Amino acid sequence: MRTLPEPFAGWFAARGWTPRPHQLALCRAAAAGESALLIAPTGGGKTLAGFLPSLIALADRPRRAGPGALHTLYVSPLKALAVDIARNLLAPVEALGLPIRIETRTGDTPQNRRARQKEDPPEILLTTPESLLLLLSQPEAATYFAGLGAVVVDEIHALAGSKRGDQLALALSRLATLAPAARRVGLSATVAHPEPLRAFLSPTGRAGDVRLIQVRGGAPPALSVVLPEGHLPWGGHMGLASAPEIYRRIEAARVTIVFVNTRAQAELVFQALWKLNDAVLPIALHHGSLTIEQRRKVEAAMAAGRLRGVVATASLDLGIDWGDVDQVIQVGAPKGVARLLQRVGRANHRMDEPSRAMLVPANRFEVVECAAALEAVRHEELDGDAPRPGGLDVLAQHILAMACHAPFRPDDLHAEVTRAAPYAGLSRRDFDDVLRFVEDGGYALRVYDRFRKLFRDAEGLVHVRDQRVARQLRMNLGTIVESPMVKVRLRGGPVLGEVEEWFVSTLEPGDNFMFAGQALRFEALDAMSAVVSRGGEGELRVPTYAGSRMPLSTWLAARVREILHEPRKWRLLPAPVQDWLRLQRRRSALPEKDGLLVETFPRGGRWFMVAYCFEGRLAHQTLGMLVTKRMERAGFAPLGYLATDYVLATWSAFEPEGIEALFEEDLLGEDLEEWMAESSMLRRTFRNIATIAGLIEKHHPGHEKRPRQMTMNADLIYDVLRKHEPDHILLRATRQEAAGGLTDVARIGLVLARARGRIRHMRLDRVSPLAVPALIEEGREWVAGGAEDALLAEAAALVEEVTGGDEIFAETLAEVTEGIRVRAGVVDTPRHRHGKERPRRARFVRSAPKSLNDA
Amino acid sequence: MATSMHAGMTPAPLHIAGERLMLDPAGLLAWPARQTLVVGDLHLEKGSAFARAGRFLPPYDTRETLSRLQLALRRWRPARLIALGDSFHDAEGSRRMAAEDAALLHRLLAGIEMLWVLGNHDPAPPAGLPGTAVEEYREGRLTFRHEARRGALAPAEISGHFHPKATMPTRCGGVTRPCFVADAWRVMLPAFGAYTGGLDAGDPAIAGLFPRGARLFLLGRDRLYSLPTGPVRARPAAAATGSAKDGAATDTGAG
Repeated sequence: MRTLPEPFAGWFAARGWTPRPHQLALCRAAAAGESALLIAPTGGGKTLAGFLPSLIALADRPRRAGPGALHTLYVSPLKALAVDIARNLLAPVEALGLPIRIETRTGDTPQNRRARQKEDPPEILLTTPESLLLLLSQPEAATYFAGLGAVVVDEIHALAGSKRGDQLALALSRLATLAPAARRVGLSATVAHPEPLRAFLSPTGRAGDVRLIQVRGGAPPALSVVLPEGHLPWGGHMGLASAPEIYRRIEAARVTIVFVNTRAQAELVFQALWKLNDAVLPIALHHGSLTIEQRRKVEAAMAAGRLRGVVATASLDLGIDWGDVDQVIQVGAPKGVARLLQRVGRANHRMDEPSRAMLVPANRFEVVECAAALEAVRHEELDGDAPRPGGLDVLAQHILAMACHAPFRPDDLHAEVTRAAPYAGLSRRDFDDVLRFVEDGGYALRVYDRFRKLFRDAEGLVHVRDQRVARQLRMNLGTIVESPMVKVRLRGGPVLGEVEEWFVSTLEPGDNFMFAGQALRFEALDAMSAVVSRGGEGELRVPTYAGSRMPLSTWLAARVREILHEPRKWRLLPAPVQDWLRLQRRRSALPEKDGLLVETFPRGGRWFMVAYCFEGRLAHQTLGMLVTKRMERAGFAPLGYLATDYVLATWSAFEPEGIEALFEEDLLGEDLEEWMAESSMLRRTFRNIATIAGLIEKHHPGHEKRPRQMTMNADLIYDVLRKHEPDHILLRATRQEAAGGLTDVARIGLVLARARGRIRHMRLDRVSPLAVPALIEEGREWVAGGAEDALLAEAAALVEEVTGGDEIFAETLAEVTEGIRVRAGVVDTPRHRHGKERPRRARFVRSAPKSLNDA
Repeated sequence: MATSMHAGMTPAPLHIAGERLMLDPAGLLAWPARQTLVVGDLHLEKGSAFARAGRFLPPYDTRETLSRLQLALRRWRPARLIALGDSFHDAEGSRRMAAEDAALLHRLLAGIEMLWVLGNHDPAPPAGLPGTAVEEYREGRLTFRHEARRGALAPAEISGHFHPKATMPTRCGGVTRPCFVADAWRVMLPAFGAYTGGLDAGDPAIAGLFPRGARLFLLGRDRLYSLPTGPVRARPAAAATGSAKDGAATDTGAG
């Protein structure tokens, strides 16, 4: 196909457009019935390219009615995107008078329209992975999708590799069974490794069966690093010192997106900008904990050109194109190159003009990281994770959904599932165990037989027990598990958004905090929400959210190490940072590219050990647990540790010696298993898996459960299951995900391998320049599990010290109740005794462990 | 009744209404003078109650709870065991018990006087098990009941129901554990069952019962950690609507 057929050629010409080569290439692939993956930078007419072949085919097709009319299914990770695309597609369809209906179906679609869509489907349906699986779980799915000609998967790079991606891959596999002729189109932003995406899209799971269409070029982005005026901060991640500079840049541009790394940072930066906002520029706030309505309002204002700036988190990484954004500012280090480019691409959606973006590092290490990212962009090198196997929890949900659709034979379903790339390597044992889990829990102790959800008939077909099971599934479908959240509601006013429950639990009435860009005063917690009023004063707290910080990518970490070690590359860095590194070289040593620099020095009566591993915070956290355990065994009495993206720091009562032994590679095999099982990471992983697999419910028909009731039992279940059936499929899934998915264990392996025989130990008499940022970092950690009791002991001892060691138990209680008139008949209320003559009850209040006293 | 310590387990004495009670770090209360051991909400067969509703929780909770109880019984060798209600997660619970678990429970109770205080989850006596069921039980100065009674007590009360837990601030963040809550008139026991979570002791449903403040005893691996709490602060009206039942539902799910 050299040109487009009429009337499309005419429509393009009338608007002064020429079809782009990749748009024609997709039409050719469609004509040949082939699936295709289009990789193009933003602004390349990607979406239209994905739909053109469908529009062409439908222009000639006589209008069908009733089930079977559906021709093209579009799946995107964002509901908002589906709605926006529908609007954009309507332009050519209406202009050309094509006989095509375009509709969306998401969680927001009202019930009556869903029912109508079932009877009388549109030609083009735009949806999300979750809504697609819901459709597939219906008994009518076979006829509904029978006429399907094409599936378009948008933002495929954001879906592949995630659990939502696993879910989508399984759904696509089922679609291929129902409509074998349907071709697939994948649309992706620029990625480092297209092969896994091709495989993800492929009907066979093999990359070779998908045609790859790659659009290169576009103008390279214009990036620069902006430093705060005056002092360059040693630590901190918020970047508030640069607020005046950010504000000046917003003033000088038309529309700016200010990207930050966490929701807490978004609140703080937003606040800092408004303090400076003498010109009252319309600057808005956008993050994932604000209400949907709030976010839509901001997006609409942005689209209508009413905003000059918006402070946003990853909530704006994907989504609707705003042609007017002419500048992106990234506050804080970018953490990964692909992510940075994605964000930079949000500015200026015309391919031939460069996107303008500025990086605003918050501290000295981040300056180096920004320089490394800039260099990587210049060399067009991207980072990206290798594909990981599909989650067994997602498979459990899928199996139940398929049973709700129609009875199946396990052999057939297994074959279908393994045609999806994430499950290509799924063993039959795992499949069967997941199936058994769905049936009756799959426990060795078979006591749930009479409660089973699935049963097998005489011919070996698997049926769902009843409609109640189907209803329960449909209410809990999806792979997004959120931490328990509590709504924040203005007294007598609207809901402002949600914060994590644990944060609310730390608030006392009258406490002030910052949320949704406002200073709020916490009043009370009612059954459903935290009630607040406007105008909190004084010290404002900012809600933080678990796991919201992305770790530094392996690849960017390597570049950072390279710059630090290579003084010739320091010209990339501003003068204060160069001075800092020179000072480090003089006082200690520079971290090497291959090797591990470890410093030890005394400070404040303790010994610090700082290891410059550069493998990301998550990996360092794990490593910290392992190393401190060894230190304990070696008698160094470790007191605590801290992990940043760059270093691991520990402190101990005694001087650590024999550093090599602390970082020996067998660290992983020896202690890892034990530590892993106890770690909060594994518990968190288990909670997510148990929720997705359907063990813990998000919703129960008839009971609208509050989210904070959901979490509580996961830890208890984990402990019981681990003790009584450690090889249960859910625990296997948990270990698999923790070991493979979170890659930090692999990254520890990298550190240890690098360190072997190449540890450079600098024994210093005081803190080194490079170690300073780590020592002023917040968020110090203590070893989980056993150490908790040590902490409790320490805290209890402190409390006792403050309240006086002699007044415990009855004595304390008497004191508490002193002054209350004793009622007649209650004669035995213990009286307060001044305990001078009383010895301490050593049996109860034992002294804290020695290591703690030494601190 | 054995008063010697099991290796590593250090109970804490508590004097209330002239009686000397021992708080056991496993979450039980012993009354040595009467050779009595008291245990809070066991919620046996909670797993199978969820399984009936389509959530296949691991079916090992009863076994786990009973084996923890077994350790405590070995440690204290009491002549009498009082369970403070919600011993089974629902009225049919005792009938759903696996044969092995039922046999273990029978073994544990052999030669022990068993007193089942009835709770909201198990309003009827458990079927086929030894022991006496009572709404509440009074002996000496102590009254044993499932749910603490508001207002004045005559003279002292031992209860369960609320599954108290508390968070102790430490220099590395809060550590949350189930806990006893006690003042000069009441002791509230933590829940004992393997699948029982907790309600924060600061919740108005619990704190309201201790208007003059209380002492919390957090369960540790081998000892208790004590933490005083201040008197209940005046809270805005909205807080008071979080009723006791709401709080308890946190732990009991389908209940």
